[in-house]
Amino acid sequence: MAVVLILALLVVGSVLFHLLSPWWWTPIASNWTYIDNTLIATFWITGVVFVAVVSFIAYCVWRFRHKPGNRAAYEPENRKLELLLASGTAVGVAAMLVPGLFVWNQFITVPNDAAPVEVVSQQWLWSFRLPGADGKLGRSETRDITPENPLGVNKNDTAGLDDVIIEGGELHLPVGKPVHILLRSIDVLHDFYVPEFRAKMDMIPGMITYFWFTPTRTGTFDILCAELCGVGHPQMRGTVVVEEAEAYQAWLAQQQTFTQLLASAEPQPAN
Amino acid sequence: MVEIPAGSADAVPAAEVEDMELYHPKSWWTKYVFSQDAKIIAVQYAITAISIGLVALVLSWLMRLQLAFPGYFAFIDADHYYQFITMHGMIMVVYLLTALFLGGFGNYLIPLMVGARDMVFPYANMLSYWIYLLAVLILVAGFFAPGGPTGAGWTLYPPQSVLSGTPGGQDWGILLMLSSLIVFVIGFTMGGLNYVVTVLQGRARGMTLMRMPLTVWGIFTATVMALLAFPALFVACVMMLFDRLLGTSFFMPAIVEMGTQLQHGGGSPILFQHLFWFFGHPEVYIVALPAFGIVSDLISTHARKNIFGYRMMVWAIVIIAALSFVVWAHHMYVSGMNPAFGFFFATTTLIIAVPTAIKVYNWVLTLWRGDIHLTLPMLFALAFIVTFVNGGLTGLFLGNVVVDVPLSDTMFVVAHFHMVMGVAPILVIFGAIYHWYPKVTGRLLNTALGHIHYWITFLGAYAIFFPMHYLGLLGVPRRYYEIGETSFVPPSAHTLNIFITIMALIVGAAQVVFLFNLIWSLFRGKEAGGNPWRATTLEWQTPQTPPAHGNWGKDLPVVYRWAYDYSVPGAPEDFIPQTQPATGGLTREVMR
Repeated sequence: MAVVLILALLVVGSVLFHLLSPWWWTPIASNWTYIDNTLIATFWITGVVFVAVVSFIAYCVWRFRHKPGNRAAYEPENRKLELLLASGTAVGVAAMLVPGLFVWNQFITVPNDAAPVEVVSQQWLWSFRLPGADGKLGRSETRDITPENPLGVNKNDTAGLDDVIIEGGELHLPVGKPVHILLRSIDVLHDFYVPEFRAKMDMIPGMITYFWFTPTRTGTFDILCAELCGVGHPQMRGTVVVEEAEAYQAWLAQQQTFTQLLASAEPQPAN
Repeated sequence: MVEIPAGSADAVPAAEVEDMELYHPKSWWTKYVFSQDAKIIAVQYAITAISIGLVALVLSWLMRLQLAFPGYFAFIDADHYYQFITMHGMIMVVYLLTALFLGGFGNYLIPLMVGARDMVFPYANMLSYWIYLLAVLILVAGFFAPGGPTGAGWTLYPPQSVLSGTPGGQDWGILLMLSSLIVFVIGFTMGGLNYVVTVLQGRARGMTLMRMPLTVWGIFTATVMALLAFPALFVACVMMLFDRLLGTSFFMPAIVEMGTQLQHGGGSPILFQHLFWFFGHPEVYIVALPAFGIVSDLISTHARKNIFGYRMMVWAIVIIAALSFVVWAHHMYVSGMNPAFGFFFATTTLIIAVPTAIKVYNWVLTLWRGDIHLTLPMLFALAFIVTFVNGGLTGLFLGNVVVDVPLSDTMFVVAHFHMVMGVAPILVIFGAIYHWYPKVTGRLLNTALGHIHYWITFLGAYAIFFPMHYLGLLGVPRRYYEIGETSFVPPSAHTLNIFITIMALIVGAAQVVFLFNLIWSLFRGKEAGGNPWRATTLEWQTPQTPPAHGNWGKDLPVVYRWAYDYSVPGAPEDFIPQTQPATGGLTREVMR
């Protein structure tokens, strides 16, 4: 009866592993606790089903294993039981899906007061662009990218001239303020991924994708790329610093604007 | 179910397809090499698929060695690592699982189980195998081409798959991969049309659709799906070849690569993803449905009990197949497609859980009040249910759009799909080989070796992939050559990685036991006789074992009952073959 014993141990072992595992999600740093809650609910529902099904198999193997003279029952179908099980499953599935869709609706509905923050990816570097005093990002285009204008900001769009440009540096965000992350790539697919924020989204050349969140605690977090983007994929790292408003403003004041960037790139007059 | 009084269904004469002398092969070459016999083609498919599968196994070892001991093996650099994962993935999904289930089991079992002499188009069937072999050779050529095979990941997402930042992107690698897939689809279509037409047109007298074994239902439905899904892959490959070779821009927007403006513009990388997953999601079920069908028959035969809820099982297969064509974008929740699609695809994806769950319930309810013989096929079937339930349930995390957001592109996804479409179907393949090997060779596989193989494979694979989910939950991304320095991955995660690698090495090594068993038993295995499992289905009722060319001798079989008359009350034996007329002391007769 090794099979029965091992199936039972497999159930107990899986549950214990789940409970005792030191590998669990990172402490959340955004407003998406709803996502964590839906995940926990899913763990409960699926966990109960897993334990029930495997235990039932173990019981059946123990109870109905072949012994001389045994004969199986003959029961081709049982409409009532099949319908009961199907509807029970449908209820369990709905219990996961419906809350999930409500949270998804929040996830894709960006609040009006969310501040735009642009993340631009390339092999294998993160760059960022923040709106200047006008609160607007200027238009941009991959075709406009030159060595002097690495993000392809449109020079004729006045909204873009005061944009803050951060090439390959850290991104800072003020705590408690919702941000609308606008994602662009200039070469291949990338994915802006900060485990503590729970949210992520692919970045696609030729398109602007987005997600939003509110940073809920200060700290320094890793940015990773979560979409295979070539051999440098694992090395494509960045840092996001969430800090109090004053510290954020102080940092912001030190960054260069698009106008300053263009000026610094102009050839220096010869002596 | 229709109750018919005993004796009213008289014996009907055998069908008129005669065994013709003209039709048999005349030479060794046409009998064993360029054979048109579906049984030989099946073995050719199986040997080729398993051989290339062993390459994929070794590749998985190499990538696991890198993850456990980063930098220790000098020859596994980042380029090689990405080439290994790409080739491993593509080989396992397409060249092993699809080819083995449909080309291998489909060819062997369809004609025998429906009572046909062979596939209806034997010549196209032969071509199908040789074209498949050509596809495999083109794929393998990538290892020897300048620049090596492509390292774009098995999903081949452009633009990176055709750019220089990816191994093989600007060399031969991606070209050979795309060509190989195109050739594979051509070869598969020849075989696939055969399987479908044979099931629809080649059945023996009395073999109604609702009397077919679930194995045939699973393979048949999967083949229909493959014929509808593979064209999407085919056109995607052709379009990408054009982008790469002719400078078109189907998938290529304006791009600045390493500071250089490329001559592309206006294309959509997401278009490729839609085409790829319109093939790729049905592909999951193209692998799963034959496994569902086969495992149903293994459980029924070895529990000596009819499959519970046969009609529900058939409809579940058909409904799963239909639904699987409207769920593809659940692979693309964070791809940047219009996020409103998430509502639709999450709903369809979770609905598909209901027919799938029904199948699981019916398998375990078949065990209930059965007479369970713990043979190797039954053991593998049990292991399949456990791993499939595990992998299916984690699918409910990833299918629910908002839960997918933190988990997508992490090791959780890797663990999920390996459990559900790697481990689970492969356990069915093993169970099926232990079950049908006696029919193919006339000898039983060795049981002691089989037990060693079973326990190491089942428990080892579970130990590899169950803990891996938790690395994903922690946030470890997939497709990382090395995780390097992070602020959130603790050193204990690395210990887990070493454990997983050691288990992977052990499980891989255990397959040597299986291969040895396959060869050893061919010569030394116990003689099996025609029907060692006392099974009801037609393939066990052939006049010779192994069945001769033409399968049935002079007369085709006639079918009088469904495939699951096990332990019928009042019957002298605990099984009644499908060919036994409705006479004798039965209290009732199941006619479907």
